[in-house]
Amino acid sequence: MQNALQIAWLIPLFPLLGFLINGLGRKHLSKSAIGVIGSGVILASFVMSIWVFLQVKDGNTHVADYFNFISVGDLSIPFAFQLDQLSSLFLLIITGVGFLIHVYSASYMHEEKTEHFGRYFSYLNLFVFSMLLLVMGGNYVIMFIGWEGVGLCSYLLIGYWFKKAEYNKAANKAFIMNRIGDLAFLIAIFWIIKKVGNVNYHDVFQFAGENKFSTADITGITLLLFVGATGKSAQIPLYTWLPDAMAGPTPVSALIHAATMVTAGIYMIARSNVLYSLSHTTMNIVAIVGLATALLAATIALKQNDIKKVLAYSTVSQLGFMFLALGTGAYVAAVFHVMTHAFFKALLFLGSGSVIHAMGGEQDIRNMGGLSKKLSVTYFTFLVGCIAIAGIPPFSGFFSKDAILLSAFEKSPVLYGIALFTALLTAFYMFRLLFITFSGKFRGTHEQEHHLHESPAAMTIPLIILAVLSIIGGFVGIPEALMHGGDKLSAFLSPVIKPHEGTPVSHSTEYGLMALSTVLVIAMIIAAWFKFRNYQRSEAAGFGKVLENKWYVDELYDKIIVNPLNKFGGFLNSFIEKFVIDGVVNGVGRIVNYSSRQLRLLQSGQVGSYIFLMVLSMLVVFVLQFFLRK
Amino acid sequence: MNLLLIILIPLLTAVAVLLSRNKQQVKWISFAGAIAQLTLSLVLFFAFRNERAAGNTAQMLFEQNHPLFPAWNINFHLGVDGISVAMILLTSFVLIAGVLVSWNIEKMTKEFYFLLILLALGAFGFFISLDLFVLFFFLEISVIPKYLLIGIWGSGKKEYSANKLALMLMGGSALILVGILGLYFSSGRSFDLLQLSKLNISTSTQHVIFPLLFVGFGVFTALFPFHTWVPDGHSSAPTAGSMFLAGISMKLGGYGCLRVATYLLPEGAKEYASIIIVLSAIAILYGAFATMMQKDLKYINAYSSVSHVGFSLLGIAMLTQTAMTGAVMQMVSHGVMTALFFAVIGMIYDRTHTRMVGDMGGLMKVMPFITTVLFIVGLCSLGLPGLSGFVAEMTVFVGSWENADAFHRIATIAAAASIVVTAVYILRAIGQTAMGPIKAEYLQLKDATWNERLAAIILVAGIVAIGVAPFWLNDLLKPAIEVIMSKIAGK
Repeated sequence: MQNALQIAWLIPLFPLLGFLINGLGRKHLSKSAIGVIGSGVILASFVMSIWVFLQVKDGNTHVADYFNFISVGDLSIPFAFQLDQLSSLFLLIITGVGFLIHVYSASYMHEEKTEHFGRYFSYLNLFVFSMLLLVMGGNYVIMFIGWEGVGLCSYLLIGYWFKKAEYNKAANKAFIMNRIGDLAFLIAIFWIIKKVGNVNYHDVFQFAGENKFSTADITGITLLLFVGATGKSAQIPLYTWLPDAMAGPTPVSALIHAATMVTAGIYMIARSNVLYSLSHTTMNIVAIVGLATALLAATIALKQNDIKKVLAYSTVSQLGFMFLALGTGAYVAAVFHVMTHAFFKALLFLGSGSVIHAMGGEQDIRNMGGLSKKLSVTYFTFLVGCIAIAGIPPFSGFFSKDAILLSAFEKSPVLYGIALFTALLTAFYMFRLLFITFSGKFRGTHEQEHHLHESPAAMTIPLIILAVLSIIGGFVGIPEALMHGGDKLSAFLSPVIKPHEGTPVSHSTEYGLMALSTVLVIAMIIAAWFKFRNYQRSEAAGFGKVLENKWYVDELYDKIIVNPLNKFGGFLNSFIEKFVIDGVVNGVGRIVNYSSRQLRLLQSGQVGSYIFLMVLSMLVVFVLQFFLRK
Repeated sequence: MNLLLIILIPLLTAVAVLLSRNKQQVKWISFAGAIAQLTLSLVLFFAFRNERAAGNTAQMLFEQNHPLFPAWNINFHLGVDGISVAMILLTSFVLIAGVLVSWNIEKMTKEFYFLLILLALGAFGFFISLDLFVLFFFLEISVIPKYLLIGIWGSGKKEYSANKLALMLMGGSALILVGILGLYFSSGRSFDLLQLSKLNISTSTQHVIFPLLFVGFGVFTALFPFHTWVPDGHSSAPTAGSMFLAGISMKLGGYGCLRVATYLLPEGAKEYASIIIVLSAIAILYGAFATMMQKDLKYINAYSSVSHVGFSLLGIAMLTQTAMTGAVMQMVSHGVMTALFFAVIGMIYDRTHTRMVGDMGGLMKVMPFITTVLFIVGLCSLGLPGLSGFVAEMTVFVGSWENADAFHRIATIAAAASIVVTAVYILRAIGQTAMGPIKAEYLQLKDATWNERLAAIILVAGIVAIGVAPFWLNDLLKPAIEVIMSKIAGK
């Protein structure tokens, strides 16, 4: 049964075919055909991914070189796929959650025109294709190709409703912010090529394993890679695109936030764990940036009133947790949180889509309230998602967040303290969202109230599946303290990620930490219940205003980066180009004109003046010769 | 394979165009000629590959040498290596696309097509010449049609642009001529590229002649600060004119910088490399920032060309094999890409009668084909993997990074930083053109016609072929670049 790995190239090929069929045939296919093709190709990839997973589980890994993508001089960059434990896990998440999102989309987007429906599904397939390329790539260049592809697809999907100019702005912002990260990633690749001679994971990690990188090199490379990751995974300072990316259709948000795109940065660092473990400086920076992002985004989420914005900031915050884990060396915990987060964040986003669908496009939670009665499936699944993200045992989020908190604790109590505080904020704002949306009285218009209905089965079934996964998904990584041999995930990933070497914490401390976080989280939920179960509309004031306006970071970026750069471009264009360079060019033209006009005066046609000039010039020549001879 | 065919077919086509009786004949003859030339270029490409595969390691293949002016030792010496073959392929692609998009030219159709083919003829001759005098002759053949194309069929301030272009290019030519004569007299009277490459030209002579040749050819390829003919020239030219200017003409300069200046005068190249690096890094960033401010689609692509062509010069001046390969890849890539870009801009302009991005919007609704091509070419321009721009720029950067000192590193990072700025202006241009609400008066517009579609598809195929499978281009260029590198290394 070795052959699943041999034909693993089918996994990205299916979505690529889906993209081509739906993209080219969108005018000729019916909506149901488009939906079936679009979802079917992902299902096919998912089945293949399971097969690959089963093979990899038995310890088989495979690196396949297909052809030399670039070969210049001594450098050759193969088009290669690497199938191992880490990539196969990501394959499952991407195709599995991706499939559910596709199915959901077929129903959610049903009111679109057929042509746009086809365009939507082709983009969605291309998105999954790029992400698969990213995680399957056997070297950094193939990863980069997927990386850029993901950026492109997010651009296309965020700006999917292309008739609205502001959506286009959000799409541009996403792409450009990602581009800044990409630049750093690219430079890291050049650096690696210069040092190692190629970019294959195997060679690079072997090179690192033999300690051939100098400290400066390894710090430089890992920092640059990390900057790349901050772009894609929305960390400080490049996080502001993600909340704006809400402009896209809701299932797209689910895809971006849960299964693809934002997890790319985590994957990249987890993949490069051998390199990161060599640089303490980078690790500390990663941990601090991650934690700072987690906290910052959580405070912003407290005061947002757009249902998707709250979820978006919660994604930024959860990603911060993952980077904290990476920075403290708990790579497995980070990957674990990617997985559980994929379940509950996809669930929450699709749930919010169901709410928005029922509310006729309304996204402001202040106009909702009391929806639990009409939307019972959505409500219960949403509740599951909230419990999971808040981290109450035995829901999945508890286990992954616990692993992260524990590794922060091992590193330093300060990190732990801040991380725990952020986790409490998470519980608070998520349940604020839940209660404002689903409890109390309905605050929307009568028309909306009349229109309220539960979504069709094609939308609720994915919700239910994701809810089940959000409940049980954590059982693959039960900490050793609770169950001997419970941490199957670490064992599974151990060939790629060496087991975490921290100072082991005694089991009793671990129990204490778990109990502490669980009790405090429940307390936060109760606080949220009292505060928001009968929410009355109120305007934010004072510090709340600052939070509602996201700490004014967007305004700050505009002031200190965007505007000066625009001014600089304007200066180059209106002054340097028009005045200096063209001035010189035109000036030269004028000088030539002028001197030829003067020269023309010499040709007066009078023999006398000609003779006079001849004599004069002969005189000059003689005099010159006289002096030069000497 | 007889290389004379490469110039014979355009020549015959040009004559046939002059003899034809009506517009239909002119168009179809030109189209047939362009197809024949494209086929011939592909035949040449495969014949060249076969020769190389069969173990023919000669520096130039398919050589022929006919005395032209024995008294002055001027010979009609032809031959191609991988770089020339790549350039010939590029020129044929752009030629056929240019013929196709000009299908609706009403004014003096015959003369228009004649000049277009003459321009291409100059380029084809230039790329196969191994005698500097003949090479210079072909270079000049390509200048005059540009002047007329802009002056007669152009738009906007066309007289100013045509004059500016012709004078600046003539100025560049003058420098080249002086440089070539300098080589001629310091080498014992030879114009022959291969003979010259075997001579040991003294270092001090190289230091004098190199800047003449490099700057001379550099003017053709928008070497900063001699780039200002580019925006005005491109924007005033008719669509096919812009395509040829940016797609082919600018490549004549890049090719000359590499083949004549750098190859024959490696000591000169080493001496001036750092200056060229600074100038091209400035061109890359300056061009990118200047593009951000443009509101006219043609100016946008013209300034972005200044920026993109900078990568070629940067790659040459980095003097490493990888960077130099990247430089040639960038010439080919940019040639196809920019021709496509101008073609699309022309298609849009023909319909909306404006090139101001601010006046457009929502065109995706009425012209899905044209805007999709605009998307693809824009993505190529901003270096998206899978399209040609990425592999070319990436190769230049990787090669540049091989120089480990701080100066080269900073220059590389500065140049690479342009990919962010490029994304800004490309997305802005595409967004304002294709997305957003559409104006009522544009609702009736039609999508591309068959000839426009064919032209676009041919060029898109080009950028995809390089972007997805760059290895064929790498393999083609490898021996030729190695020869240049070993000359630089002094072997």
